[in-house]
Amino acid sequence: MPRIESQLDVHGGEFAANSEAMLAAVASFRDVEQKVLDKACEAKAKFDKRGQLLPRERLNLLLDAGAPFLELSSLAGFKLHDDKDGTQAGGGLIAGIGYVEGVRCLVIANNSAIKGGTISPSGLRKSLRLQQIAAENKLPVVTLAESGGANLTYAADIFVEGARAFANQARLSAAGIPQITVVHGSSTAGGAYQPGLSDYVVVVRGKAKMFLAGPPLLKAATGEIATDEQLGGAEMHAQVAGTAEYLAENDADGVRLARDILAMLPWNAQLPARTARSFKEPLYPTDELLGIVPADAKKPYDVREIIARIADGSVFLDFKNEFDQQTVCGHLQIEGHACGFIGNNGPITPQGAAKAAQFIQLCDQSNTPILFFHNTTGFMVGTESEQQGVIKHGSKLIQAVANARVPKLTIVVGGSYGAGNYAMCGRGLDPRFIFAWPNSRTAVMGGAQAGKVLRIVTEDKHAKMGQTADPKMLDMIEQATAQKLDSQSTALYGTANLWDDGLIDPRDTRALLGLLLDICHEAAIRPLQPNAFGVARL
Amino acid sequence: MPAFSKILIANRGEIACRVIRTAQELGYRTVAVYSSADAESRHVQLADEAVCIGPAQVNQSYLVIDNLLAAAAKTGADAIHPGYGFLSENADFARACAKANIVFIGPSVEAIHLMGSKRLSKIAMLEAGVPCIPGYEGAEQDEDVLRQEAERIGYPLMIKASAGGGGRGMRLVQQADELVAQLRTARSEAQNAFGSGELILEKAVIQPRHVEIQVFGDQHGNIVYLGERDCSVQRRHQKVVEEAPCPVMTAELRQAMGAAAVQAAAQVNYVGAGTVEFLLDASGAFYFLEMNTRLQVEHPVTELITGQDLVAWQILVASGAPLPLRQEQIKLTGHAIEVRLYAEDTANQFLPQTGTVLRWEPELLPGIRIDHGLCEGQAVTPFYDPMLGKVIAYGANREDARRKLVRALEQCVLLGVNANQRFLANLLAHPEFAAGNATTAFIGEHFHRDPSLSPQAATPRELALAAALLYHASASSRAHQASMAGWRSAGSAPWVFILKHLDQPHRIEVDVIHSGAQPTVQVRYAESLVELQLLACDGRWLTVAIDGVRQRVAYHHDGDTLHLFAHGGNLKLEDITHAPVSGQAAANSGAIKAPMDGAIVEVLVEEGTPVSKGQLLVVLEAMKMEHPLKAGSDGVVRRVGVNKGDQVKNRQLLVEIEASVTPEAAEA
Repeated sequence: MPRIESQLDVHGGEFAANSEAMLAAVASFRDVEQKVLDKACEAKAKFDKRGQLLPRERLNLLLDAGAPFLELSSLAGFKLHDDKDGTQAGGGLIAGIGYVEGVRCLVIANNSAIKGGTISPSGLRKSLRLQQIAAENKLPVVTLAESGGANLTYAADIFVEGARAFANQARLSAAGIPQITVVHGSSTAGGAYQPGLSDYVVVVRGKAKMFLAGPPLLKAATGEIATDEQLGGAEMHAQVAGTAEYLAENDADGVRLARDILAMLPWNAQLPARTARSFKEPLYPTDELLGIVPADAKKPYDVREIIARIADGSVFLDFKNEFDQQTVCGHLQIEGHACGFIGNNGPITPQGAAKAAQFIQLCDQSNTPILFFHNTTGFMVGTESEQQGVIKHGSKLIQAVANARVPKLTIVVGGSYGAGNYAMCGRGLDPRFIFAWPNSRTAVMGGAQAGKVLRIVTEDKHAKMGQTADPKMLDMIEQATAQKLDSQSTALYGTANLWDDGLIDPRDTRALLGLLLDICHEAAIRPLQPNAFGVARL
Repeated sequence: MPAFSKILIANRGEIACRVIRTAQELGYRTVAVYSSADAESRHVQLADEAVCIGPAQVNQSYLVIDNLLAAAAKTGADAIHPGYGFLSENADFARACAKANIVFIGPSVEAIHLMGSKRLSKIAMLEAGVPCIPGYEGAEQDEDVLRQEAERIGYPLMIKASAGGGGRGMRLVQQADELVAQLRTARSEAQNAFGSGELILEKAVIQPRHVEIQVFGDQHGNIVYLGERDCSVQRRHQKVVEEAPCPVMTAELRQAMGAAAVQAAAQVNYVGAGTVEFLLDASGAFYFLEMNTRLQVEHPVTELITGQDLVAWQILVASGAPLPLRQEQIKLTGHAIEVRLYAEDTANQFLPQTGTVLRWEPELLPGIRIDHGLCEGQAVTPFYDPMLGKVIAYGANREDARRKLVRALEQCVLLGVNANQRFLANLLAHPEFAAGNATTAFIGEHFHRDPSLSPQAATPRELALAAALLYHASASSRAHQASMAGWRSAGSAPWVFILKHLDQPHRIEVDVIHSGAQPTVQVRYAESLVELQLLACDGRWLTVAIDGVRQRVAYHHDGDTLHLFAHGGNLKLEDITHAPVSGQAAANSGAIKAPMDGAIVEVLVEEGTPVSKGQLLVVLEAMKMEHPLKAGSDGVVRRVGVNKGDQVKNRQLLVEIEASVTPEAAEA
């Protein structure tokens, strides 16, 4: 099989500079993650005093020690809505794909250490995305709930769309995907439906609270006076109302019960026993992924250098390399999983679009998952390109991407500009998963280009009116536009807006893809036992 | 026509294995016998054939002469080796063998009978001119006679059961006024243990050495001695360490004691292996104690310094052959020390321990001999003596042997059953012992404060190893790709383990520094921080680098239980990280509610009554059944809401208890 011979000079200055820039980018998003962790830890004393574990401690206790954990959208909502300084990112949720008693699950913990776990608009979007992940990948869902409900400042942004989360829960139950919720604290009003719609509910004695109206609202509405415990305490739900199936003694015990429930489900038994896949590691160290993508986006690079560091044995079967060299397609394997690969060595030409569209159809035909590695300034522009039918071919490509039935995994490794974002299966094209390197940029066009476009448009407008535009004013327009676009195209901005499922360290790319491909594979072969209406609590 | 060709070993454990080994080496067929509890034992596996002789209890199996003879008849065994203990010194058994035409590999019925009585044997020895401790060994046993005799002998003195052994029925009497009470206890103990309340009195020899002479006689009237063994280190009259030669022995003394021992044997026309036990006082005077008419537990030390196989000698002699060596051909070379490996908890009054042998890896090195009856997976049951085996070291000199033995003890991996390895190793390492000064008073005087004699908390390092192993086991589960072990896409957080040791929970945090096949983890426990790299763990051995020092640790991990072979030996830890919390919190709420509609038929407490967990509070009758309602925790009754005869509704509050705060509740 053809192996990629790396041409990269790993001892050269350029590699060192690229690595340095990438490491700085990694450090900066890790720093944000750390600040969020630190912020949550500030509540430690308060939780200790109440005899509670911090949400992250609950989550860690839930997960199998040392099993992989892929955190999802950890920086959702970063500096958006109620997150003024970026320390409250995460949308009020800590979530990811991990293992509980050997069962791969989607795990979610309300981050009640921050603002009582209230839900912001980003939190709702994250919840919906997590549910989509659970449904598409057939992952049981474990939720460690404690939330003050919707953040009332943004109630209007959440209220109507919020129902979708409940509908999704009902559909997951109907699809045969179990949902387990441990109620560690308050889960009231709308929040009470989250456990209510879960298949298995564990309540923590003396801590869990679930009611539609708490004592103050009740008194206001009907004049009745009742305590929290009477209205919706753990014992009430376990003994009287029957909302909960299991009564836990404390946070750790609740987590233990969630583990016990999963351990009792024959979830893994419904698949053939896992066999160790045999494969060769890439010939080049994955650490070198840091220095491949040029820090200066204008400099060309060869995406095959990335392939050489993620593909089993650095083996890559190049597809139609002679036909178009800007769009790289071909077959490779990652940890023994065969996949198609599409990457960019430059703008997407009409030929490149046609080549990629054909390649996608072949992957679809052979049931091969497709990896998209974005680094493109977009489709080729110009008379020649337009005359060659770039719109026609681009549309064909987008059709192929959108309609391919195989899992699509996207990694944004550099620029993701213009329709290139669509053609390379950006968020809007619903890839199964999408992650971004911290250096990456996503925008309709580059800031500089946008500034220039606006300058030219303004000049033209003035010219039509027979005026000459003030160059200072034009400069200002150009710069302001460029700046706005640039600030809204960073990886951090994108991940805050859930354009991806999280930022990753480039060195983790291969491991991550191995995990994702395994998830996709298992979802494909897993039989479910769907029912029509979801499991009702009678 | 050979005397016999197939030997049945009427014993179990290490001695059965020991005899089988030599018998097979000499070309004999072997038959093992076993109780139903010993079906998977090593001696059963080693023998050519094996016969079950009854249930676990010794009086229904190993002590039943008829069953043993039936096993011999069934397998065609024409000789029986009795080992030690059980029926080895039972004259009836020897007689029954003779009657069944089976060669009993041991001395004559008469010799057994005579030496089996401390009283009769002492009389015989006095007649033969063997030095004996001044005392009383008369047939007259009433208390007045014994009291007069005691006055004559003087105090302190020893009361011994005539039929005794192993310290039972034995009492040290310091002064006259203690005598009667001690006589009565000794007599009842002797009666219970040996079926005879006959006692003898002896002057107590203070801080003596216990020195015994191995003798051997053949059917042609030859008797030799094979040097001595010093068995001074004893605990409650049980031998703990045995060595040969005796550290204070001189050539002259050996010859004198040897001659006395041969004389003692000759007095009873002794045939086979026998041991004449003496007390040796600080002045070099020695007194006959008793003669054991069997192969002793500690025979290997004699074998090592003489280069002879005493079991082979026994078989040879039993087959009618003359002794293989004359006295002058017996040479003693080097030094040997033996310790007895017991399944006992030295930290807890030496309580016998039971359990399953999860790991047994004897340290086999040149100069180390391990006689044992262990195999992995075997159960150590409460039915038999808890001795598991013996570890014996041989060296050019005493120090050489001692050093080897300490190492061997520390290296012999035994998991699943608590044993006395640490106690033995510390004992051997003690300066008094190392100097050769240990007398029978050694343990009581010099060793009673040894750490092996009290429960020791697991060290931070041991807990770190345990947590790292549990982490690794979980991380290398087959649920995910091996390459992904320990991987996290976003910042790491410590994994928490709660391990229980000696009923104490310990919270340990494991931080993964480097994931992968050889992960480096940082383990935090209380104030201590240990960084270690797990290099390999194959289910039996963990190879780990701690602060750059690489070492191996034996372990056994099964579910939530982890056994580590630690400094103190078998360290059992339980992973209770995900153990259910007992209904403590529920109990703490203290509300006892009716489980269904019914009538109260009994109220057993009133306000202010202190109650303990599980105590019956109220009895409710419903659907013709009585339902006992009990306290969920210790505490005090705060309120009783019902009276006898009341009709109550489901969930009605009956009794409220104010719980006393328990450590468990405080921790939760």
